Amino acid sequence: MKRRDFVKKATLSSFAALIGAEIVFGSKMYDGYTPIALQDPDPFKLFNKHKDMVVLNDKPWNIEAQAHLLDDKITPNSSMFVRNNGLIPENIDIKSWTLTIDGESVKKTKTYTLQELKANFKQYTYQLTIECGGNGRAEFDPPAKGNQWTVGAVHCASWTGVRLRDILEDTGIKNDAVYIGFHAADQHLSRDPKKEAISRGCPVAKAVQDETLLAFQMNGKDIPLVHGYPLRLVAGGWPASVSGKWVNRISIRNKIHDGAKMNGTAYRVPCEPVEPGAKVKDEDMCIIESMPVKSLITYPKSGAMINKGKKLNIRGHAWAGELEVIKVEYSIDFGATWQGCTLESPVNRLAWQHFSASVDFPKKGYYEVWAKATDSLGVSQPMILPGWNPKGYLNNACHRIAVKVK
Amino acid sequence: MKKDNTFSAQIKTIYKMLMALFSLFVVAGGGLVYYANNPTAFNFNSENKTVSTVPLEVDEDLIVDGIHIRTGLVDDQGLMVVVNNCTNCHSAKLVTQNRMNAERWNSTIKWMQETQNLWDLGKNQEIIVNYLVKNYPPKAKGRRMALSGIEWYELED
Repeated sequence: MKRRDFVKKATLSSFAALIGAEIVFGSKMYDGYTPIALQDPDPFKLFNKHKDMVVLNDKPWNIEAQAHLLDDKITPNSSMFVRNNGLIPENIDIKSWTLTIDGESVKKTKTYTLQELKANFKQYTYQLTIECGGNGRAEFDPPAKGNQWTVGAVHCASWTGVRLRDILEDTGIKNDAVYIGFHAADQHLSRDPKKEAISRGCPVAKAVQDETLLAFQMNGKDIPLVHGYPLRLVAGGWPASVSGKWVNRISIRNKIHDGAKMNGTAYRVPCEPVEPGAKVKDEDMCIIESMPVKSLITYPKSGAMINKGKKLNIRGHAWAGELEVIKVEYSIDFGATWQGCTLESPVNRLAWQHFSASVDFPKKGYYEVWAKATDSLGVSQPMILPGWNPKGYLNNACHRIAVKVK
Repeated sequence: MKKDNTFSAQIKTIYKMLMALFSLFVVAGGGLVYYANNPTAFNFNSENKTVSTVPLEVDEDLIVDGIHIRTGLVDDQGLMVVVNNCTNCHSAKLVTQNRMNAERWNSTIKWMQETQNLWDLGKNQEIIVNYLVKNYPPKAKGRRMALSGIEWYELED
């Protein structure tokens, strides 16, 4: 029996038990209709995700990809990680959806309808790498608090929308503007209407970059609900939490934005390096901006067995926050020697870059293929965990896959 | 005598007609009763989805092999205190993913109280923290763990 049918029947019958009577019209409930409270708990169907995606958390929804699911050059929805801080908004009416620009440093508060945004401003499309600040958290020791992301909280989709800069120029912002902060329609987990689930942002300098968009399309279609329909702020290269979903207001601040998850330890790392497990005072934590250089082997899937004498073709993506990747290398001897990969230029700034190589193995046995990217400042990925931090952000240690040669 | 026979034949005819009429009533009546109970009987194209009306006993707190099925939490002293206090706002998956010592669990609880509307746990706090530290202790991972759980497969070109 299909799960939904089972849930429907089980629910109807337990409901029947509850009211002590038959549900007269139970059999008349038409296909596809499920009472709101019982909405299909299968996230793979709910969000159209690949069956190999891994659910880390179901309230709020947090789902990650595995490396081999991210093989596409442009990540399809089915392989995009889901990171929610609150509850997905319900009953979105795009006809009445508006975006308000306000804050201390706006010349005059202004509100746009979705239609006005689409019609009155030039539209741009960019492929943008968006990685969760906590991607790789699962490896930290002592363990860091939060969803235990492994490698799959990153994607590079194609986003279409208007430049935030064009909107801010239309609204007019004062000279003392330093930061922007988004506000969105998702509910706080406690359902307290006075609380925001997340309200982060970025310095004005990042907000006015060409590639910082208010997007309404992803991969050529309306953004899927779980990824921010109908309007999402997209700031490639920075922690994904800057790319606010379901955005309905942007505040122009004359100080660093102080919304939910801007303070304390959230999306911050110690300003100065600390020993593993150290306690760090809030005032000694600094906001994460550009993400570090990183790469992922997306083909083959870890665990490949090949015959001796055959070459193994590997490929993947590399990215470096605000910077470009200038080199990707691979090693089959745990870093003793490194060989170069072929590396493509990014399609546009802040898009991930594709690398490939053909690997020879000297004899039979167990191997690990490690990949290491280097950014335009000459900084490479570490092979072991980078500096410990209380919330387990910024783990950009080299990715590796297991291979056996028979 | 002939008249009697004729009369008797007529009675029989009437009797048969009445019986036929009566049978018709019985069949029609039966049909109506059946239809009243099965309103979809004549919808030949629609699949008849019967909903079971047998009350189903759902054990919300079923435990199988030491695991509380609804939440995935380990069955141990304090389980229901954890279920009742820690799975209202977020899923138990957020609890089971995280491994901390008592000090860090206590500071996490304090953070949830200060920022996430968690209520005062009173005496339950100790029960909860003891449960978590015992059942979800930190595991040493070092600077890099060996790859594990590899699913080996033949790679065909």
